[in-house]
Amino acid sequence: MDPQKEEPLWEVFIRSRQGLEHKHAGSLHAADAQMAIENARDVYTRRMEGVSIWVVESKYIHSTNPDEAESFFEPANDKIYRHPTFYDLPDELKYM
Amino acid sequence: MHSKPTNIDRNYLVDYTLHLADSSLIMGHRLSEWTGHGPMLEQDIAISNIALDLIGQARNFYQYAADIENSKNTEKKVTEDDLAYLRDTFEFKNLLITELPNGDWAQTIGKMFFFSAWQFYFYQKLIYSSDKQVSAIAEKSLKEVTYHVKWSGDWVMRLGDGTEESRERMDAAIDYLWPYTGEMFVPAQFELNHEQQVTIDVRSIKKNWLDKVKGVLAEATLTVPEDAWMQSGSKKGVHTEHLGYILAEMQYMQRTYPGLEW
Repeated sequence: MDPQKEEPLWEVFIRSRQGLEHKHAGSLHAADAQMAIENARDVYTRRMEGVSIWVVESKYIHSTNPDEAESFFEPANDKIYRHPTFYDLPDELKYM
Repeated sequence: MHSKPTNIDRNYLVDYTLHLADSSLIMGHRLSEWTGHGPMLEQDIAISNIALDLIGQARNFYQYAADIENSKNTEKKVTEDDLAYLRDTFEFKNLLITELPNGDWAQTIGKMFFFSAWQFYFYQKLIYSSDKQVSAIAEKSLKEVTYHVKWSGDWVMRLGDGTEESRERMDAAIDYLWPYTGEMFVPAQFELNHEQQVTIDVRSIKKNWLDKVKGVLAEATLTVPEDAWMQSGSKKGVHTEHLGYILAEMQYMQRTYPGLEW
Protein backbone atom coordinates (compact mmCIF):
# COMPACT_ATOMS: atom_id res chain seq x y z
CA MET A 1 0.00 0.00 0.00
CA ASP A 2 1.51 3.30 -1.07
CA PRO A 3 0.77 5.95 1.56
CA GLN A 4 1.23 8.73 -0.98
CA LYS A 5 -1.60 7.39 -3.09
CA GLU A 6 -3.89 6.35 -0.21
CA GLU A 7 -3.50 9.55 1.79
CA PRO A 8 -2.89 12.47 -0.57
CA LEU A 9 -1.77 15.89 0.57
CA TRP A 10 -4.38 18.61 0.98
CA GLU A 11 -3.99 22.37 1.30
CA VAL A 12 -6.09 24.01 4.00
CA PHE A 13 -7.62 27.48 3.86
CA ILE A 14 -9.32 29.06 6.88
CA ARG A 15 -11.56 32.11 7.14
CA SER A 16 -11.40 33.87 10.47
CA ARG A 17 -14.50 35.14 12.24
CA GLN A 18 -13.80 38.72 11.16
CA GLY A 19 -12.30 37.85 7.80
CA LEU A 20 -13.72 37.95 4.32
CA GLU A 21 -11.38 35.56 2.57
CA HIS A 22 -10.01 32.10 3.31
CA LYS A 23 -6.29 32.28 4.04
CA HIS A 24 -3.85 29.46 3.50
CA ALA A 25 -3.18 27.85 6.90
CA GLY A 26 -1.10 24.80 6.04
CA SER A 27 -1.39 21.30 4.70
CA LEU A 28 -2.18 17.79 5.91
CA HIS A 29 -2.70 14.23 4.72
CA ALA A 30 -6.12 12.57 4.53
CA ALA A 31 -7.81 9.80 2.58
CA ASP A 32 -10.79 11.86 1.38
CA ALA A 33 -12.37 15.30 1.61
CA GLN A 34 -14.45 14.61 4.71
CA MET A 35 -11.43 13.31 6.59
CA ALA A 36 -9.39 16.29 5.36
CA ILE A 37 -11.98 18.69 6.75
CA GLU A 38 -12.09 16.92 10.13
CA ASN A 39 -8.31 16.85 10.30
CA ALA A 40 -8.15 20.54 9.38
CA ARG A 41 -10.64 21.32 12.12
CA ASP A 42 -8.56 19.38 14.66
CA VAL A 43 -5.17 20.70 13.60
CA TYR A 44 -5.82 24.26 12.42
CA THR A 45 -8.78 25.57 14.41
CA ARG A 46 -7.80 24.54 17.94
CA ARG A 47 -7.39 28.12 19.05
CA MET A 48 -10.45 29.56 17.33
CA GLU A 49 -8.44 30.50 14.26
CA GLY A 50 -11.49 30.31 12.06
CA VAL A 51 -15.14 29.62 11.35
CA SER A 52 -14.91 28.20 7.83
CA ILE A 53 -12.59 25.66 6.23
CA TRP A 54 -11.76 24.95 2.59
CA VAL A 55 -9.65 21.95 1.65
CA VAL A 56 -8.22 21.31 -1.80
CA GLU A 57 -6.07 18.41 -2.87
CA SER A 58 -2.62 19.86 -3.42
CA LYS A 59 -2.41 18.35 -6.89
CA TYR A 60 -5.26 20.59 -8.04
CA ILE A 61 -3.44 23.77 -7.13
CA HIS A 62 -1.45 25.16 -10.02
CA SER A 63 1.03 27.93 -9.39
CA THR A 64 3.39 30.22 -11.24
CA ASN A 65 6.95 29.16 -11.83
CA PRO A 66 9.43 31.21 -9.75
CA ASP A 67 11.80 31.21 -12.74
CA GLU A 68 9.17 33.08 -14.74
CA ALA A 69 8.46 35.59 -11.96
CA GLU A 70 10.50 38.33 -13.60
CA SER A 71 8.71 38.32 -16.93
CA PHE A 72 5.34 37.66 -15.30
CA PHE A 73 5.33 40.41 -12.68
CA GLU A 74 8.15 42.97 -13.20
CA PRO A 75 6.50 44.81 -16.15
CA ALA A 76 3.58 45.84 -13.95
CA ASN A 77 5.93 47.59 -11.56
CA ASP A 78 6.33 50.92 -13.36
CA LYS A 79 3.02 51.55 -15.10
CA ILE A 80 1.48 54.18 -12.86
CA TYR A 81 -1.19 54.98 -15.44
CA ARG A 82 -2.89 51.71 -14.43
CA HIS A 83 -3.57 53.05 -10.94
CA PRO A 84 -6.71 55.14 -10.36
CA THR A 85 -4.81 57.99 -8.68
CA PHE A 86 -5.21 60.92 -11.15
CA TYR A 87 -8.76 61.91 -10.36
CA ASP A 88 -9.57 65.13 -8.49
CA LEU A 89 -11.97 63.98 -5.83
CA PRO A 90 -14.55 66.46 -4.54
CA ASP A 91 -14.29 67.25 -0.83
CA GLU A 92 -17.34 65.13 -0.04
CA LEU A 93 -15.43 62.04 -1.21
CA LYS A 94 -12.20 62.96 0.54
CA TYR A 95 -12.08 59.70 2.47
CA MET A 96 -12.59 57.38 -0.46
CA MET B 1 -2.29 14.08 54.90
CA HIS B 2 -4.08 10.97 53.76
CA SER B 3 -7.28 10.46 51.81
CA LYS B 4 -10.47 11.65 53.42
CA PRO B 5 -12.77 9.18 55.20
CA THR B 6 -15.61 8.06 53.01
CA ASN B 7 -18.42 7.81 55.50
CA ILE B 8 -19.55 11.38 54.80
CA ASP B 9 -23.27 11.61 54.22
CA ARG B 10 -23.76 12.65 50.61
CA ASN B 11 -26.97 13.51 48.90
CA TYR B 12 -27.78 12.21 45.45
CA LEU B 13 -26.64 15.29 43.56
CA VAL B 14 -23.04 14.89 44.66
CA ASP B 15 -23.08 11.24 43.58
CA TYR B 16 -24.68 12.22 40.29
CA THR B 17 -22.12 14.88 39.43
CA LEU B 18 -19.29 12.57 40.54
CA HIS B 19 -20.63 9.83 38.24
CA LEU B 20 -20.52 12.24 35.31
CA ALA B 21 -17.17 13.74 36.32
CA ASP B 22 -15.53 10.36 36.88
CA SER B 23 -16.73 9.00 33.54
CA SER B 24 -15.35 11.97 31.63
CA LEU B 25 -12.10 11.99 33.61
CA ILE B 26 -11.29 8.31 33.17
CA MET B 27 -12.20 8.31 29.48
CA GLY B 28 -10.14 11.48 28.98
CA HIS B 29 -7.23 9.90 30.80
CA ARG B 30 -7.37 6.74 28.69
CA LEU B 31 -7.51 8.72 25.44
CA SER B 32 -4.54 10.81 26.54
CA GLU B 33 -2.49 7.60 26.64
CA TRP B 34 -2.39 7.91 22.83
CA THR B 35 -0.67 11.30 22.96
CA GLY B 36 2.61 10.98 21.10
CA HIS B 37 1.67 7.49 19.93
CA GLY B 38 -1.13 8.20 17.46
CA PRO B 39 -1.04 6.42 14.10
CA MET B 40 -0.85 9.72 12.22
CA LEU B 41 -0.05 13.27 13.30
CA GLU B 42 -3.58 14.55 12.68
CA GLN B 43 -5.15 11.69 14.66
CA ASP B 44 -2.70 12.15 17.54
CA ILE B 45 -3.77 15.80 17.78
CA ALA B 46 -7.45 14.97 17.36
CA ILE B 47 -7.57 12.35 20.10
CA SER B 48 -5.53 14.51 22.45
CA ASN B 49 -7.96 17.39 21.88
CA ILE B 50 -10.87 15.11 22.63
CA ALA B 51 -9.16 13.96 25.82
CA LEU B 52 -8.77 17.60 26.83
CA ASP B 53 -12.43 18.29 26.11
CA LEU B 54 -13.41 15.42 28.40
CA ILE B 55 -11.10 16.50 31.21
CA GLY B 56 -12.59 19.98 30.93
CA GLN B 57 -16.04 18.51 31.38
CA ALA B 58 -14.82 16.51 34.35
CA ARG B 59 -13.44 19.64 35.96
CA ASN B 60 -16.76 21.44 35.62
CA PHE B 61 -18.59 18.60 37.34
CA TYR B 62 -15.93 18.15 40.05
CA GLN B 63 -15.99 21.86 40.84
CA TYR B 64 -19.76 21.73 41.23
CA ALA B 65 -19.57 18.58 43.37
CA ALA B 66 -17.00 20.30 45.59
CA ASP B 67 -19.26 23.36 45.92
CA ILE B 68 -22.19 21.22 47.01
CA GLU B 69 -20.06 19.31 49.50
CA ASN B 70 -18.59 22.48 50.94
CA SER B 71 -21.98 24.13 51.32
CA LYS B 72 -22.94 21.33 53.68
CA ASN B 73 -19.66 20.96 55.62
CA THR B 74 -18.49 23.65 57.97
CA GLU B 75 -15.16 21.91 58.64
CA LYS B 76 -12.67 20.80 55.98
CA LYS B 77 -13.34 22.10 52.51
CA VAL B 78 -12.75 19.86 49.48
CA THR B 79 -11.47 20.96 46.09
CA GLU B 80 -11.91 19.47 42.63
CA ASP B 81 -8.39 18.07 42.98
CA ASP B 82 -9.26 16.25 46.22
CA LEU B 83 -12.18 14.58 44.46
CA ALA B 84 -10.12 13.55 41.43
CA TYR B 85 -6.89 12.55 43.13
CA LEU B 86 -7.73 11.32 46.61
CA ARG B 87 -10.67 8.98 46.11
CA ASP B 88 -10.08 5.24 45.80
CA THR B 89 -11.49 2.84 43.21
CA PHE B 90 -14.55 1.86 45.22
CA GLU B 91 -15.57 5.53 45.41
CA PHE B 92 -15.29 6.11 41.67
CA LYS B 93 -18.53 5.95 39.69
CA ASN B 94 -17.26 6.08 36.12
CA LEU B 95 -18.91 3.77 33.61
CA LEU B 96 -16.89 0.56 33.19
CA ILE B 97 -16.39 1.15 29.48
CA THR B 98 -14.26 4.21 30.22
CA GLU B 99 -11.64 2.26 32.17
CA LEU B 100 -11.10 -0.54 29.63
CA PRO B 101 -7.66 -0.67 28.01
CA ASN B 102 -7.15 1.21 24.76
CA GLY B 103 -6.01 -1.85 22.86
CA ASP B 104 -5.51 -1.05 19.21
CA TRP B 105 -6.92 1.98 17.38
CA ALA B 106 -10.15 0.12 16.60
CA GLN B 107 -10.79 -0.70 20.25
CA THR B 108 -10.17 2.90 21.30
CA ILE B 109 -12.45 4.18 18.54
CA GLY B 110 -15.14 1.69 19.52
CA LYS B 111 -14.95 2.76 23.17
CA MET B 112 -15.08 6.41 22.21
CA PHE B 113 -18.00 5.96 19.84
CA PHE B 114 -20.17 4.03 22.30
CA PHE B 115 -19.37 6.44 25.12
CA SER B 116 -19.77 9.67 23.09
CA ALA B 117 -23.09 8.53 21.69
CA TRP B 118 -24.28 7.88 25.25
CA GLN B 119 -23.03 11.30 26.34
CA PHE B 120 -24.74 12.94 23.36
CA TYR B 121 -28.25 11.72 24.17
CA PHE B 122 -27.59 12.10 27.89
CA TYR B 123 -26.52 15.76 27.69
CA GLN B 124 -29.24 16.51 25.16
CA LYS B 125 -31.78 15.72 27.88
CA LEU B 126 -29.69 17.00 30.77
CA ILE B 127 -29.90 20.53 29.32
CA TYR B 128 -33.46 20.56 30.68
CA SER B 129 -32.38 19.74 34.22
CA SER B 130 -33.96 22.00 36.80
CA ASP B 131 -30.51 22.53 38.31
CA LYS B 132 -29.03 25.55 36.52
CA GLN B 133 -25.40 24.58 36.93
CA VAL B 134 -25.94 21.03 35.72
CA SER B 135 -27.90 22.37 32.76
CA ALA B 136 -25.16 24.86 31.88
CA ILE B 137 -22.43 22.21 31.98
CA ALA B 138 -24.56 19.94 29.82
CA GLU B 139 -25.10 22.66 27.25
CA LYS B 140 -21.41 23.43 26.89
CA SER B 141 -20.46 19.76 26.84
CA LEU B 142 -23.05 18.89 24.21
CA LYS B 143 -21.27 20.99 21.56
CA GLU B 144 -18.00 19.16 22.21
CA VAL B 145 -19.63 15.74 22.34
CA THR B 146 -21.46 16.36 19.06
CA TYR B 147 -18.08 16.49 17.35
CA HIS B 148 -16.77 13.49 19.29
CA VAL B 149 -19.65 11.34 18.03
CA LYS B 150 -19.09 12.47 14.45
CA TRP B 151 -15.33 11.97 14.58
CA SER B 152 -15.43 8.54 16.19
CA GLY B 153 -18.41 7.41 14.10
CA ASP B 154 -16.55 8.33 10.92
CA TRP B 155 -13.61 6.23 12.09
CA VAL B 156 -15.89 3.26 12.84
CA MET B 157 -17.05 3.48 9.24
CA ARG B 158 -13.53 3.82 7.83
CA LEU B 159 -12.33 0.79 9.76
CA GLY B 160 -15.42 -1.35 9.31
CA ASP B 161 -15.78 -0.65 5.60
CA GLY B 162 -12.03 -0.64 5.04
CA THR B 163 -9.55 -3.42 4.53
CA GLU B 164 -9.97 -6.98 5.69
CA GLU B 165 -7.66 -6.36 8.60
CA SER B 166 -9.37 -3.16 9.69
CA ARG B 167 -12.76 -4.83 9.58
CA GLU B 168 -11.53 -7.78 11.67
CA ARG B 169 -10.11 -5.44 14.27
CA MET B 170 -13.24 -3.25 14.39
CA ASP B 171 -15.41 -6.35 14.66
CA ALA B 172 -13.30 -7.73 17.50
CA ALA B 173 -13.45 -4.37 19.26
CA ILE B 174 -17.23 -4.23 19.11
CA ASP B 175 -17.59 -7.77 20.42
CA TYR B 176 -15.21 -6.98 23.29
CA LEU B 177 -16.96 -3.73 24.22
CA TRP B 178 -20.61 -4.74 23.83
CA PRO B 179 -21.02 -6.33 27.31
CA TYR B 180 -20.04 -2.99 28.83
CA THR B 181 -22.76 -0.99 27.11
CA GLY B 182 -25.73 -2.33 29.03
CA GLU B 183 -25.03 -0.55 32.30
CA MET B 184 -25.16 2.83 30.52
CA PHE B 185 -28.94 2.53 30.60
CA VAL B 186 -29.49 1.05 34.06
CA PRO B 187 -30.12 3.82 36.57
CA ALA B 188 -28.46 3.88 39.98
CA GLN B 189 -30.28 4.89 43.12
CA PHE B 190 -28.89 8.42 42.88
CA GLU B 191 -30.40 8.88 39.41
CA LEU B 192 -33.96 8.08 40.36
CA ASN B 193 -35.13 11.32 42.00
CA HIS B 194 -37.11 12.38 38.98
CA GLU B 195 -39.71 14.44 40.82
CA GLN B 196 -37.07 17.09 41.34
CA GLN B 197 -36.26 16.96 37.62
CA VAL B 198 -32.55 17.37 38.18
CA THR B 199 -31.45 13.97 36.89
CA ILE B 200 -32.53 12.29 33.67
CA ASP B 201 -33.89 8.79 33.16
CA VAL B 202 -31.15 6.88 31.34
CA ARG B 203 -33.64 4.21 30.32
CA SER B 204 -35.27 6.79 28.07
CA ILE B 205 -32.18 7.29 25.90
CA LYS B 206 -31.46 3.63 25.25
CA LYS B 207 -33.49 3.48 22.04
CA ASN B 208 -31.84 6.65 20.66
CA TRP B 209 -28.44 5.19 21.40
CA LEU B 210 -29.25 1.83 19.82
CA ASP B 211 -30.65 3.47 16.69
CA LYS B 212 -27.56 5.63 16.32
CA VAL B 213 -25.16 2.74 16.92
CA LYS B 214 -26.99 0.37 14.62
CA GLY B 215 -27.08 3.02 11.90
CA VAL B 216 -23.36 3.63 12.03
CA LEU B 217 -22.50 -0.08 12.25
CA ALA B 218 -24.73 -0.80 9.28
CA GLU B 219 -22.99 1.84 7.21
CA ALA B 220 -19.68 0.38 8.34
CA THR B 221 -20.94 -3.03 7.12
CA LEU B 222 -20.46 -4.44 10.62
CA THR B 223 -22.81 -6.68 12.56
CA VAL B 224 -24.44 -5.67 15.81
CA PRO B 225 -23.70 -8.20 18.55
CA GLU B 226 -26.56 -10.22 19.99
CA ASP B 227 -27.72 -9.04 23.38
CA ALA B 228 -26.10 -11.16 26.04
CA TRP B 229 -25.09 -10.78 29.64
CA MET B 230 -24.03 -7.24 30.51
CA GLN B 231 -21.31 -6.17 32.95
CA SER B 232 -22.36 -3.77 35.69
CA GLY B 233 -21.50 -2.33 39.07
CA SER B 234 -19.62 0.87 38.30
CA LYS B 235 -22.25 3.16 39.78
CA LYS B 236 -21.86 1.29 43.08
CA GLY B 237 -18.08 1.55 42.96
CA VAL B 238 -17.53 -2.00 41.73
CA HIS B 239 -14.96 -1.85 38.95
CA THR B 240 -12.79 -3.99 36.70
CA GLU B 241 -9.19 -4.70 37.59
CA HIS B 242 -8.13 -1.88 35.26
CA LEU B 243 -9.26 1.08 37.35
CA GLY B 244 -6.77 0.39 40.13
CA TYR B 245 -3.84 0.73 37.75
CA ILE B 246 -5.24 3.90 36.20
CA LEU B 247 -5.67 5.57 39.58
CA ALA B 248 -2.29 4.37 40.81
CA GLU B 249 -0.66 6.17 37.90
CA MET B 250 -2.96 9.19 37.86
CA GLN B 251 -2.96 9.81 41.61
CA TYR B 252 0.63 8.92 42.36
CA MET B 253 2.02 12.45 42.46
CA GLN B 254 -0.68 13.99 44.64
CA ARG B 255 -0.62 11.10 47.10
CA THR B 256 3.20 11.04 47.35
CA TYR B 257 3.61 14.81 47.53
CA PRO B 258 0.36 16.07 49.07
CA GLY B 259 -0.51 19.61 48.10
CA LEU B 260 2.01 19.56 45.25
CA GLU B 261 1.64 22.41 42.79
CA TRP B 262 3.41 23.14 39.51
